[in-house]
Amino acid sequence: MATIEISCVEVWREISNYVDEEISPEMRERMEAHFKVCAHCTAVLDGTRNIVGLVGDGRVFQMPDGFSKRLHKKIQNLP
Amino acid sequence: MSVTNSQARPSEGELIKSVCSGEREAFYELVRPYERMIYATAISVVKNPADAEEVAQEAFLKAFSNIASFRAESKFSTWLVQITYNEARMKLRKARPHLYDSIDDQYQSEEGEYRPRDYADWRPISSELLEQNEIRQALQNAIGALSPTYREVLMLRDLQQLSIKETTIILGVSEATVKTRLHRARLLLRDSLAPGIDGSWVNGKPYRKVRAW
Repeated sequence: MATIEISCVEVWREISNYVDEEISPEMRERMEAHFKVCAHCTAVLDGTRNIVGLVGDGRVFQMPDGFSKRLHKKIQNLP
Repeated sequence: MSVTNSQARPSEGELIKSVCSGEREAFYELVRPYERMIYATAISVVKNPADAEEVAQEAFLKAFSNIASFRAESKFSTWLVQITYNEARMKLRKARPHLYDSIDDQYQSEEGEYRPRDYADWRPISSELLEQNEIRQALQNAIGALSPTYREVLMLRDLQQLSIKETTIILGVSEATVKTRLHRARLLLRDSLAPGIDGSWVNGKPYRKVRAW
C-alpha cells in the first residue's frame, strides 16, 4: 500500500515528536517519505536536531567559578 | 582476579542514609554530581548568574534540611530539581511579581499553528562550536528570550535530558502539554538562531538558504 501523503504543516506539527521518536510507525513512514521530496521540511528538521544537540551540550551554561567550594563551605557551616 | 567494591563510591541510597544520620560531608558527596543540573535549572528561571547561584545554593541547603522527607519512589535528582524550581519561582515572584504575570499571559497568546520563519539549511553543527564564547552567548540569549513556560520544558528535556514522564512530575502538567511546549520551544529557538551569527555558524562559510519563493 502506498504511503499517504502529508502536508508541510502536518510535518511541522510533529517534527519535535519525530526527533524524540514519540510518533507512530505509520506517521514516521509518512514523514520520511515527505522529507525525501521536501527540502524545506528537511531544513526545518536539521535545524531542530541541531538545536536539540546544542542545548543538550552541557557547555551552554557554565557554572560560576568556585560554586562547588562555596556550596561545600555552606554545608559545613550549617547550624 | 576478583573485583572488590572497597574503592567504589557509595551508592546514592547509602549516602542518603548517612545524611539522615547527620553526616554533612555525605551530603556534599551526594549532591556534587548534580551541581551543574541544579544551577542550570535555577538559571532557566531567574536568568542572571548571581541570582541563579543564590537559588541553587539555597535549594541545596533546603534539600539537606528536608532530606528526611525524601521518598525513594522518585529519583533523588527529580526531587532536587523540584525544590530548585520552587526556590527559583519564589525568588522571581518576590523580585518582579508583575513581570512574572505578564510573561505568563504573553505565552497564552502564542499558541496556534507554527510556521517556520525561514528555511535556512543548517549543516550539522559540531559541538566544538560551543567552545566559542559568542556562540554560547547567542544560545543563552535565545534561550533566555523564550517565555518561562517554554524555557522550563526545554531545559528539563533537552539540557538535563529528563524523560517526558519526569518532566510531567516536575512541572505538574500532562504529557501532551510537555510535548506541545517542547515542540514550540525548539522551533522558536530554531527560528531565532537559524541565521546564526553574522549569517553563519561556521566561520567564513555562509550557510545555504533554501527559500520557498
